[in-house]
Amino acid sequence: MLKTFKKGGVHPAENKLSAHAPIVTAELPKVAIIPMGQHIGAPASPLVQKGDEVKVGQLIAQSSGFVSANIHASVSGKVLKIDNAMDASGFSRQAVHITVDGDEWIDIIDRSPEIVKEIKATPEEIIKKVQEAGIVGLGGATFPSHIKLSVPPGKKAEVLLINGVECEPYLTADHRLMLEKGEEVLIGTKLLMMALGVTKAYVGIENNKPDAIGHLRDIAAAYDGIDIVPLKVKYPQGGEKQLIKAVINREVPSGALPIDVGAVVHNVGTAFAVYEAVQKNKPLFERVVTVTGKSVKNPSNFLVRIGTPTSQLIEAAGGVPEDTGKIVSGGPMMGKALKSLDVPIAKGSSGVLLFQDAEAGRRPVEPCIRCGKCVSVCPMGLEPYLLMTYSDKKMWEEAEHERTMDCIECGSCMYTCPADRPLLDYIRLGKSTVGNIIRTRKQ
Amino acid sequence: MDRLLHVAPSPHIAGEYSVKKIMFGVILALLPAFATSIYYFGMGALIVTLTAIISCVAFEYLIQKFILKTTPKISDGSAILTGLLLAFNVPSNLPIGIIIIGALVSIGIGKLSFGGLGQNPFNPALVGRVFLLISFPVQMTSWPVPKGFATGYADAITGATPLALVKEGVGNGEKISEMIGIPQHMELFYGHMGGSMGEVSAIALLLGFAFMLYRKIITWHIPVFLIGTIFAFTGILNLTNPEKFADPLFHILTGGVMLGAIFMATDMVTSPMNPKGMAVFAIGIGIITVLIRIFGAYPEGISFAILIMNAFVPIINRYIKPKRFGEEVKNGK
Repeated sequence: MLKTFKKGGVHPAENKLSAHAPIVTAELPKVAIIPMGQHIGAPASPLVQKGDEVKVGQLIAQSSGFVSANIHASVSGKVLKIDNAMDASGFSRQAVHITVDGDEWIDIIDRSPEIVKEIKATPEEIIKKVQEAGIVGLGGATFPSHIKLSVPPGKKAEVLLINGVECEPYLTADHRLMLEKGEEVLIGTKLLMMALGVTKAYVGIENNKPDAIGHLRDIAAAYDGIDIVPLKVKYPQGGEKQLIKAVINREVPSGALPIDVGAVVHNVGTAFAVYEAVQKNKPLFERVVTVTGKSVKNPSNFLVRIGTPTSQLIEAAGGVPEDTGKIVSGGPMMGKALKSLDVPIAKGSSGVLLFQDAEAGRRPVEPCIRCGKCVSVCPMGLEPYLLMTYSDKKMWEEAEHERTMDCIECGSCMYTCPADRPLLDYIRLGKSTVGNIIRTRKQ
Repeated sequence: MDRLLHVAPSPHIAGEYSVKKIMFGVILALLPAFATSIYYFGMGALIVTLTAIISCVAFEYLIQKFILKTTPKISDGSAILTGLLLAFNVPSNLPIGIIIIGALVSIGIGKLSFGGLGQNPFNPALVGRVFLLISFPVQMTSWPVPKGFATGYADAITGATPLALVKEGVGNGEKISEMIGIPQHMELFYGHMGGSMGEVSAIALLLGFAFMLYRKIITWHIPVFLIGTIFAFTGILNLTNPEKFADPLFHILTGGVMLGAIFMATDMVTSPMNPKGMAVFAIGIGIITVLIRIFGAYPEGISFAILIMNAFVPIINRYIKPKRFGEEVKNGK
């Protein structure tokens, strides 16, 4: 029987329309808009000024705190301005705008097609390179990767998990990456293992990608300590805690981190970025993005420079379909609805999803019939119906007591609710309020 | 691009369930039992069922429109289901007037007085049923003998239920093995006995159970724990004295155990929200049912047992929580 996490979960229609579309390099934008806050934590501070000439791969913004990440130019050209621009969150935030001129890369990047298998770097050098290259979790959480590699004193990493689950419907970026850059992903995995000082790594892949499982298994035969683990298809298996439970059967306690159970989780995209940073001297300035939707003419996977406007990618996939009703950055379960197509692709953008008008709206809310389905699908063992009521009634203490902060916002409760109740909207409200209360208490 | 886009936050897709689909799923699951009740009780079953459904839907519509002054929502199917379940819980020769009173109590008092669908603490059909049982004890306990369409409606020949026969016999000091007129187990399984029109056929109800499990409308917990408890409890009693206490198979195949366990106790609105709570709820119903059957005044007690445990559901939900993720710290063990 295939491994999976035990508690809850749903299985939405997979709709992996772009699974057979090879990764195509997207055209360069005319103006790249590179946001300073593409990661969890403090936004980076710009190092360039209006009028500066920059090359591809040049550091243009410096990490500005413990939890922060460097940002590099993804294009060459002249800095047009440093000004606010709307990002996928809908907020206007600081961004470096670069007018593209040619495609000149910094010299140290190894642009040859050869795969560099030999690892010369020491663990310290790997972590340093990862930090310098501005690598963040590419699965969508965008947590700066070097922090996860620096194991805090008193804790010990025992096992590395590589997340190739891609449990969100529609998205195929990680799937294509595993198929087309499998060797590089495994070298990246090896680098991450060295940096953490672990001898065992598991690559978890859902069973709806048998080609990726087979391909990586073939390659992994030559890599000691890397096992490919097929997993039963179940959302949200790509959640860090769910993946750890599925693969090594350990439960991260409430409020704790994966390292507390000896595990470190990185996405396959991150492993690939680590390979490029360490073996090819290439900072993170491009990524694979799926552009898809039922009415999209050519559902595609693009290799995209950070800062490329979303509209350009949609054009490349055949344009905005007539019947579009909603455009989402990311997957259908956790992605963010875009308010503008000028929003640039950032490090955490895994996909652009165009919904037909008919499937875009929410259904009318009906009374709760207390069926308990939200409770049974919650992967964290919470009671979404109750957390919603507590938020609605502003009963924050009770909400905290019922562990509203454990919610991973996977959306399974709301997806499954027969009465179409906006459970997650209310739980988010509860989480942010309770989070503020906890922070005030600590001060 | 000049068009308006939806920008509601995630999740952006919704699953296949809807309130309506669930209600009609349960109705579909009740059809085998409806068919067997027509097979056993003929015209009476049809008259009672149609009267109950039509009056439940009508009362729901009228009360919502003219008393509560809200938009009537009869299309969700919940009133049809209440009507169907009410009919299943009464004898097939119940006079039309009494059925209409039962429907009024079910919908008006059992459901809408608490705020309508989702708000009622007690199973509406059982509220109506118990009201009728207490108000019209004679009509509610004259059970037509199953003879198909020959049973008739107003002129039906009535007899006692197997449970009532045993209760009366034991009360008179008779031995169970010597009693006359107790059906064989297979007859009970198919439903060839007197009783409320929808409760008699175990096999038809189990078919409905399988369908609801397949469609993931309910989980197995409540029916299995409920029937299991009754089986275990009556089994132990039977071992102490088989002449005084009927065997466990007899107990689970007679009366309303199957209907109650599969369709009444599993009513989503009035049952607990997680499997652990469901188990406690179902075991409670099982114990109370047996206590009433063996030691109480009535031969059958599952309706009372379900209503009593309905009252405990808020407490169960409050104190019996699902197992949280990460509750048992598994540090590499």
